[in-house]
Parts: sequence; structure tokens; C-alpha cells
Amino acid sequence: MSVLIFLDQSEGHIKKNSLEAASYGAKVSEMLNESAEGIVLGNVQDDLPSLGKYGLKKIHTVKKDSLDNFDDAVFTDIIAEAAKSMNAKVIIFSNNFNGKAIAPRLSVKLKAGLVSGAVALPQLSNGFIVKKNVFSGKAFANVSIKTDIKIISLNANAYKIDEREGTAEVVDFNVSVPDSKVKVKKVDKVAGEVPLAEAEIVVSGGRGLKGPENWQIITDLAKALGAATACSRPVSDSDWRPHHEHVGQTGLTIAPNLYIAIGISGAIQHLAGVNRSKTIVVINKDPEAPFFKAADYGVVGDAFEVVPKITEAIKKLKGI
Amino acid sequence: MKILVCISKTPDTTAKIAFTDNNTKFAEAGVQFILNPYDEWYALVRAIELKEADPSIVLHLINVGGADNDPIIRKALALGGDEAFRVNSNNTDSYYIASQIAEIATQNNYNLIFTGKETIDYNGSSIGGMVAELLGLPYISLATKFILEGTSCIVTREIEGGEEVDEVNLPIVVSCQKGVAEQRIPNMRGIMGARSKPLTVKEPINADVLTSIDSFELPPAKAGVKLVAADNPEELVRLLHEEAKVF
Repeated sequence: MSVLIFLDQSEGHIKKNSLEAASYGAKVSEMLNESAEGIVLGNVQDDLPSLGKYGLKKIHTVKKDSLDNFDDAVFTDIIAEAAKSMNAKVIIFSNNFNGKAIAPRLSVKLKAGLVSGAVALPQLSNGFIVKKNVFSGKAFANVSIKTDIKIISLNANAYKIDEREGTAEVVDFNVSVPDSKVKVKKVDKVAGEVPLAEAEIVVSGGRGLKGPENWQIITDLAKALGAATACSRPVSDSDWRPHHEHVGQTGLTIAPNLYIAIGISGAIQHLAGVNRSKTIVVINKDPEAPFFKAADYGVVGDAFEVVPKITEAIKKLKGI
Repeated sequence: MKILVCISKTPDTTAKIAFTDNNTKFAEAGVQFILNPYDEWYALVRAIELKEADPSIVLHLINVGGADNDPIIRKALALGGDEAFRVNSNNTDSYYIASQIAEIATQNNYNLIFTGKETIDYNGSSIGGMVAELLGLPYISLATKFILEGTSCIVTREIEGGEEVDEVNLPIVVSCQKGVAEQRIPNMRGIMGARSKPLTVKEPINADVLTSIDSFELPPAKAGVKLVAADNPEELVRLLHEEAKVF
């Protein structure tokens, strides 16, 4: 028996959120006294045996060029076969874009109950109960999975990557790969930036910045912190910033360790996308901005004066 | 061409979230309920746009819920759509709900099934993928653009730090998010017309329930904001470094 972790890759590299899923899965496997095994689909350049340091005992690979293109139906079929062959009792995904597409399909295929958006390890004292986010970050639900096989998709940044000694055994998983009905025509990715969905620190700007020409103070602070940049809805709607940077209810939902909101008033729709951040800093010249109520730290002041000074102070601290 | 849009009822975005019955039930008293924004603004409006471009398209809506969902379904019909089904069940398990939708879909042979990216209450993002698997159809999740091209479609989906453009033959299931369409407000003609559109209540089929909610809990209250003077950036950086330990 085993705990199976889907290791999502992009352009040959295992995604950071999948390493969180691996660490989480390894812990679940210890709780159940089973073996933690990963599965990688497509061609990867990463050193797979070294992923043993996240607690994986074995990694199953299916190296086929067609799997470098994502199709949730094909991926589901292969993962289901792998789960059956290794008698997996728990299957773990990151609740990222691909995880959201595969996990529900797999739930149907294996008749296995799914908890998506998990934020904590399962509680085993009274069944199998997983805590997840509900009401757009305003509450949690403890969900009981009633089936023999369980599927959990873990929210980004909800479980800390945990490193230890260990090497994973890498084996080819022999399986027939079904033909895809999805033709991938184009993939557009911004190169060289910290992906927002994976970022531990996010610096975000709102209408208070007055225009796209003023974004340098945001990007400078982000650079000093090694952070991703984000923005509020009006900013992306006005095309000051690209749409993939929009966080909020209609944009991306994120939960970084640190979220710095600059010139954002904090409408409830914006908070719905960021209220799970572990620490929130709000910088706004309006002391009545509702965002201060949701913040851990606040500065009432003019962003154009305050932010460059903070950037300098961080550089000084880091010696850069 | 037949399109099915899955719609859900959720508490309003600004609703106060509280629980009753020893934290096992959402406190509905005084809460305003709305059509789930992702279902309404993106999935439904895009389907209406497709029907406006090709009036021969038949547009159906489906909701799984109790009779108190009917006003929400009427609102959706006021925006557009020819007729609606409500499967009479209050079960909230995703697999159970997807099974009910798949049953209606099997009876009606849709070319296209739209859902919103998730509901703003349970945030599961699961129904679309489950319906697709139950029906053996391709599924594109979290679409930001949907273009119909004869018997196939071009769908743009969000990926980490970018997007991917896919071409898929119909029939297909697509979950829709921002970008797919723009929010609309129903007009008086639509509201009047919605009253006479068929809303058929169906009894649920037998389906398994794979999960259940044991209890809810609220996050611990924030300690309150700690304000730092604007002329003392070093203090903010010190607090983040030493107290919050975020870098």
C-alpha cells in the first residue's frame, strides 16, 4: 500500500507546489505507515532521485513526449492505472491549475472522495477528516472522506517543504498512453519572474499608484525581497498590469507568507483573494482604508515616499 | 447545437459568515443569496453570447438544490437561456451533484457544458471535471477565453504565470473564469420573459456520496494592525524580519 503524489512539471522542472505536496504526502504516509511514492509524466531534467529528500521512497516516470502537453483526461487515466498497480490508498495533488483539472476526474474514475483546497494534515482519530478553505478564505470546513481511496489536493503554501536525508528509487511505469483529444496550440509564459501562484512573498499595487509608469517602486521592492508582483482588479482592468497579476475574488487566490498591499483600499472582493496570506502589510495614505482592518502591519503614508525607503532598508538588512 | 450551463446558489460575497448547530450548519438567517458569480458572469454570459451569435442554439440551465433556489434560477433565465432544470436535492457532495448533472446531460446530448471556475462558498472547483469524467468528455478548466469554431473550439486556459491555447472538438466541458465574458445586468424584458420559461423540477437519481462536512470553523481573529510611522521604514523591516519572520 502507498500514498501516491502527483509531481506536476513544467518545461522539465517539478513545480514548487508539487514539492509541498510531496512533503505533505510523505507525512501522511508516515501517519498511515505506508510508502510515499511520486509519479512524473513527461520529460524532466530535474535530478529525480534527489527528491527522496522530501520523503519520497520511489518515483514512477512515464517518459513520453506527448505528455509534455497537458490533457487532464490522459493524465487521469495514467494516474489511475498507477494508483491501482501500487494499491494507493491516498493520492495527493497540489491544488494548482493542473491539479484542479485532474483531481475531480480521478475522483470519479476511482470513486474516491476528494477534498480540494486542503490546508492541514488529515485527522485520523475519527475516520479521515481533512480541513479545507471554504467561503473564499473566510472559514474552514472539516470534510470527512468516506471512501476506501482518498484524494487530497493541497493549497499552495499551506504546508511547508520539509527536507531530510534520502534518495528516491526511480522506475519506469509501463502503461499505454491514450491519445489526447486536446491539441495544445500555444503556450505563453512570462520568463524569468517568480510565478505568482508559487511565491512566498508578494508585493501588490493598486489604484493608489496612479498609473503604470509608477510601477518601478513596486518592482524594486519585489526584487529586493525576491517576491512576485501582483495587482488589484482596477489595475488589471485598466491594463496597467497584465491580467495574470490580478489577485482577488475574480483573479488569482493566493496565500503567501507575506503580502504587501500598496495603494489598495481593500475591497471585500480583493480580500477574498488574499486573506489567507500569513502576514499582511498595508501601505496606504488613507488611514480609513478598510484594508488596515485585515492587516498585521500598516503604514499610513504616501507610497511614493515610503516604499523606496522600505526597499532601501531591506537591501541594507540583506546586504545587497 | 445545445448548451448546458451549471448554476449554483451562494451567499453574497459580502455576507457575514457564521455557523449554527454546533458549527455544523451555515447560518442562513439574514444572508442574501445570489447566483454564484463565476457561473453568472462568465459561464452563463458566454453561453448567451454564443446564442446571440447563433439563435438556433438551445440553451439550458441546471441547478441542484431545493425549492428556495428557484428565484436564483429565474434570475439566470432573465439574463438568458431557454429553459432550466432543478434537481431537487440539498446534498452538497460534489460527486453526488456531478452525477445529477451528468444524468440530465445524458438525456439531452449537449455539445457544450459550461460551469463557473468554482462556487464562492465551497470553493471546490470540482463539478466540471467530475461531469466530464462521468460523461467521458474532454475538459478544459479555468478558461479565460472561449471561441466556438464550427464543431470545435479554441479555449485559452490559465497556467502558472501565463496561458495555454487549446483546440478541442465538441462535445466538451469547460469551467469559466474572468476573461471569458463580461458581467451583464438583466433587463426588464428578460425579467418578464423569464416568468414564462419552463423550469422543470426533477427528482434526483441514486448516487453515491463520497464526502461530507463534519464541521465548520472560523479562522482565529487577527490581533489587529500594528501601525509603523511612515518615517521609520527600518522599524517595519525589523518587525517583518524578527517578529513575523517572513524573510
